[in-house]
Amino acid sequence: MAATVLIAEDEPNLVESLSFILRREGCEVSAVFDGEAVLERLRDGLPDVLVLDVMLPKRNGFDVLKAIRSDPRLTGIPVLVLTAKGQERDRKTAEQLGADAFVTKPFSNRDVVDRIKRLAGL
Amino acid sequence: MLSANVVLFTALAYVALLFVVAFFSDRRARRGWLGLVRSPIVYTLSISVYCTSWTFYGAVGSAARNGLEFATIYLGPTLVFVGWWFLLRKLVRIGRVHRASSIADLISSRYGKSMSLAVLVTVIAVIGTTPYIALQLKAVTTSFQVVASTTHTALLGIPEADLDLRTGFWVAVGMAVFTILFGTRNIDANEHHHGVVAAIALEALVKLFALIAVGLYVVFAIGGGVGEVFALPASAKVLGAEVFGPRWVALTFLSATAIVCLPRQFQITVVENADEEHLRTAAWLFPLYLFLTCLFTLPIAITGLATMPAGSNPDMYVLTLPMLHDRSALSLLVFIGGFSSATSMVIVASIALSIMVSNHIVMPIALRLAWLSRGVSGDVKSLLLVSRRISIALILSLGFVYFVFSAHSDALAKIGLIAFAGVAQFLPCLIGGLYWHRASKGGAFAGLLIGFVTWAYTLLLPSFEGGAVPASLFSDGPWGIALLRPEALFGAGGMDPLVHALFWSLSLNAGLFVLISLIKDQNPLERLQSTLFVDVFRNPADKESRFIHRSAAIDDLFVLAQRILGAEQAYLLFRDYARRQGIEEGLPRPSTEFIAQLERQFAGSIGAASARVMISQVVTGETISLGEMMRLVDETQQVIEYSQQLEQKSQQLQVTARQLREANERLRLLDAQKDDFLSQVSHEVRTPMASIRSFSEILLETRDLESEQATRFLSIIHDETLRLTRLLDEILDLSHLERGELAWSLQPLDAEAVLDRAIETCRGMAASADVQLVVGPRAGSVRVMGHEDRLNQVFINLISNAIKHNRSRAPVVTVSSAIAEGRYQVTFEDNGEGVPAEARDRIFTKFSRAWTQSRPRDAGAGLGLAISRAIARKMHGDVELLPAGRPGSGVGARFRVSLPLARGQAAPAGELERRAGE
Repeated sequence: MAATVLIAEDEPNLVESLSFILRREGCEVSAVFDGEAVLERLRDGLPDVLVLDVMLPKRNGFDVLKAIRSDPRLTGIPVLVLTAKGQERDRKTAEQLGADAFVTKPFSNRDVVDRIKRLAGL
Repeated sequence: MLSANVVLFTALAYVALLFVVAFFSDRRARRGWLGLVRSPIVYTLSISVYCTSWTFYGAVGSAARNGLEFATIYLGPTLVFVGWWFLLRKLVRIGRVHRASSIADLISSRYGKSMSLAVLVTVIAVIGTTPYIALQLKAVTTSFQVVASTTHTALLGIPEADLDLRTGFWVAVGMAVFTILFGTRNIDANEHHHGVVAAIALEALVKLFALIAVGLYVVFAIGGGVGEVFALPASAKVLGAEVFGPRWVALTFLSATAIVCLPRQFQITVVENADEEHLRTAAWLFPLYLFLTCLFTLPIAITGLATMPAGSNPDMYVLTLPMLHDRSALSLLVFIGGFSSATSMVIVASIALSIMVSNHIVMPIALRLAWLSRGVSGDVKSLLLVSRRISIALILSLGFVYFVFSAHSDALAKIGLIAFAGVAQFLPCLIGGLYWHRASKGGAFAGLLIGFVTWAYTLLLPSFEGGAVPASLFSDGPWGIALLRPEALFGAGGMDPLVHALFWSLSLNAGLFVLISLIKDQNPLERLQSTLFVDVFRNPADKESRFIHRSAAIDDLFVLAQRILGAEQAYLLFRDYARRQGIEEGLPRPSTEFIAQLERQFAGSIGAASARVMISQVVTGETISLGEMMRLVDETQQVIEYSQQLEQKSQQLQVTARQLREANERLRLLDAQKDDFLSQVSHEVRTPMASIRSFSEILLETRDLESEQATRFLSIIHDETLRLTRLLDEILDLSHLERGELAWSLQPLDAEAVLDRAIETCRGMAASADVQLVVGPRAGSVRVMGHEDRLNQVFINLISNAIKHNRSRAPVVTVSSAIAEGRYQVTFEDNGEGVPAEARDRIFTKFSRAWTQSRPRDAGAGLGLAISRAIARKMHGDVELLPAGRPGSGVGARFRVSLPLARGQAAPAGELERRAGE
């Protein structure tokens, strides 16, 4: 069973590396580059896991997470929050908003993959 | 009717009682049982020496003649004790600290221990007081004759011609003996006359008791009640008199002054004061005493007017009213009350005057006489005692002589107020001395002299009118000069004589006092004393030794002390001081402090001026340390200034606190910005690092990677490394720019050439991004002051920004330049989406790339605009974002760099051409 992963990240290089390692693990990967696009894409269907960057253009990651958790249709999506700021404050905000996992850049590929697989129930 | 013998016997018995009281009080005090003698009640009662026979008998007479005017005599002292007690407190404190023996001593001491001032004050006091003593003798004589008379005609009053002078003589002798016995037991004025004070207090009770007794008798036994008395027709006459005018004010003022300035009041209030706290009690108890004293004045006056035979002397109503109704015992009590009033005044006044005369007139003369320089132990002390005793006898003789010569005129009647006005001359230099630093000896002397002369001329002289003084002096003035008429000085006629005299004497006195004090500088000793007096609550007297440095042989000092204080007291004093210095056996060291203390001790006996003279006879090398003194004056000044500064400072503090709050706010903001910046930097660093780590892990872990893919991943890693490097460069660059560490030498350069080069550099980038780079209108040749490489950096940055962020389908970037508004302006315009309105405000701040949707691979870290602006500002120019074009106009973002022109550039073209032609 292939897990679907949606990557919301504005840094193209990272989208490329994440896609590469996830696909190698057999996941179906798609990507969006800003906050509004995430919610738009979710209207078409829910992924098994959402990888959400905090510093997104147009609408930041926390904002998007809040919208997801307050929408009954979307609220069950497992979310992995990705941030480059790496501050304790951000980790706490993410937890409060209901993030299922929190990863700081730069990350270990193995770690991210393991977490995503766990979130996808694999 | 009472027989003369009964009256005489009663009076003698009363005097004997006074002797006993005085004797036992003195003995108790000497054994150290001061309980009763030192009570505040005794102190207050003794202050009532203010109420003489003049008030005892005269108040009713005054009320019968002038209505409520009599009340002023009680009103003034009440005002002083209730409202001006702080003045009395300062007076008492100074008197105690400086061991002032009399008011003359205090004034002299304040003005540099001046001998001449002491003499002048003494002379005025004697001249002002002697007639007053005569008045008491007359009152006692008259009342004795009235109460002992056998006929009812005596009720009309004793005709002046029939006054029995012998009675007056024996009264004077008796008082002299009493005063000498109890008033000259010791010479130190500050060792209180406990016996005298106790006797005076007893007399105060007796006279109050007598007045209240006769008052109750008159109101309830004769009049039938308070309402009935005031219903008498005579009350209309008493109460209806018009009294509230200038004379009312003058009289109130005079009596207020008298309670402070009268020598006998000074003696009782200041010299005999045992404890400053007693003033607190006196502040309410003395006014109460005065109130009780005058409580029955009006009813007695009204009843007297209504019931006494026509032609009766109102001054004797107090006595003649009970006599009319044959109340012998009451009459006798009243007589004793009046007798008490008279004797207490005479005793205290003659003690006060004898101290002044012996200390300020006899001592100075004796000091100049050769025989005193023999220096026998105790000689000064015995001289003082003898001179005081003789002074008392002389003063009473003088009073008696005055009484004899004026007995047959009515001059005595006015003498009470005349005496008050005389001693009122002390007021300006006394008050000035207590509160005004600059008040000087010259001013005090001149003021006193002119005040005294004016008083004598305008008030004392007219009291002899018709006798020794020709009437023409008053109607025409001396030598016919109308302006100098005694009762209409300088044409000020039509005034009440008392108001007139008081006005001129005190105005001239105070005026001259202030004027000369302002003109004439004080000598060092005056300045020192003025500070010690005016700031007495801050400066204890022993500070004096800080300023006067002197030395003396201890043997000389000891001999001197023995002469003035007597052998025993001198020995005790020296032994005490030696012990305080830690010397068990032998004499103390003659330190400056000790000499100062000794001088104060002497001052208590012989007055400050004489004490100083005697001390200076044995002292060598006296210097008054001006520097120390100025420091003291400064300290005082500083305290005043300090409180003003405190107020200022608290305001300044508030301002400072507000500034600190603002600064703190700014710092907090800066701190937040710094945190923000670090967080941004962290983000900017972590993002490329994330790519680098992720791709290198892929490369490391994946064995079967296609070489094409591996190359692509490696090139991404390479790009990201470059991006990191660029980021670090930019951060460092900006930090340098912001800290202003780069000292650029701005040079004139061809800005257009720099722009050309920047455009050429960017052509490659434009081509690879498919952006059309257009050069618009140009300024031609322009020289600006700047730094070539940095200016180039700014231009490249702005052009590449326009290229990178242009999302148009057919992207065009236009660069144009011009000279406008006296500046060189370069505009960079693109046809993209422009800067979103919400981002316009912050695009020049660090790391703000908010308007980019996604970042091209080689985009900067968001520091470019901030750096460009910083550079332009270093060259005194700027980078700004121009207002957005209308939507659909094809105009995207427009940035403008403006720089000031180099000097000479602004010259008009014609000028340049003319120069070129030369």
